[in-house]
Amino acid sequence: MDMRSFWRTLDRQTIRDIALVCVADALVGASFGAIAVSGGLDAWVPVAMSLLVFAGSAQFAAIGVVLAGGGVIAAVVTGLVLNARLLPFGFAVSDVLAGRGRLLGAHLIMDEAVAFTMRQTGPRHRRAAFWACGIALFVVWNVSVVLGAFAGEIISDTGALGLDAAFPAVLLALVLPALRDRGTRHAALLGAAVALAATPFLPAGVPVLLALAGLVLYVPEMRRQEVAH
Amino acid sequence: MPLLAIVVLAAGTYAFRLAGPVLQDRVEIPERLRRLLPVAAAVLLITLVVTAALTEGHGFAGWARPAGVLAAGVLAVRRAPFPVIVIAAAATTAVLRLCGIE
Repeated sequence: MDMRSFWRTLDRQTIRDIALVCVADALVGASFGAIAVSGGLDAWVPVAMSLLVFAGSAQFAAIGVVLAGGGVIAAVVTGLVLNARLLPFGFAVSDVLAGRGRLLGAHLIMDEAVAFTMRQTGPRHRRAAFWACGIALFVVWNVSVVLGAFAGEIISDTGALGLDAAFPAVLLALVLPALRDRGTRHAALLGAAVALAATPFLPAGVPVLLALAGLVLYVPEMRRQEVAH
Repeated sequence: MPLLAIVVLAAGTYAFRLAGPVLQDRVEIPERLRRLLPVAAAVLLITLVVTAALTEGHGFAGWARPAGVLAAGVLAVRRAPFPVIVIAAAATTAVLRLCGIE
């Protein structure tokens, strides 16, 4: 498939939506780089993480644990538990990753690319949406993290710019549609409450993991669905 | 943060990503787990939103940051474009701090 027919496969609306998500993630990537460096980490840390891990929420969570004085192991475990959601994502988009480019394409599996792929029907459209969103976001995310890391050397106070609000903001916007499901909403609220209550007493990173206890509220919902089927 | 920690996190993450495309024909993840994992992800993501908005270290982060995230939430419900949501959150927080509200 040449590039022109590849782009023509996607409608204008999809291309515009992907571009908007790229702009938003560029802002978040820049805040990630700036927060990490102004928090005292070497510039290569956020840059290497973005290239190799390439998962915004896990990156923020891991850096957050480290900057809050938590241990490196807690940081890695938090990041891994968060990224376990990529496992079902991989199954969900495995059709677009059949054959050539699979090893490379797998690295591009993330919330946004999966969301855009799911919105398309038909193998050609799904493939085009996945690769367009995945490649665009990989480039945009890594470039913006480098720029943010440079800016972090100059900006001593990222708080004055409100950059610390950018990450929870974009995460909230991304996860909001999932909250329309009542069972998910209840589990998430209980989980968040557990984590908040535990924050004063436990090492950084651990409270977020405890939030999984909220899933007990989803089990009855799952049973109900099974009976209904 | 040592390079080894980043490499371990990266390798584990890549394994999660690659499992689906490689194993799609050979294994079936149990139906219950398949349905539970996206819910678990949503629980973790919302918890990250709440803890990142409200806490700093072991204490309260102050009012400016949660106010910015709240503004983002309102705009997200009204389906504002992503860049607008992010800029509104940072701007709200920055303006409140400029006014002396931490």
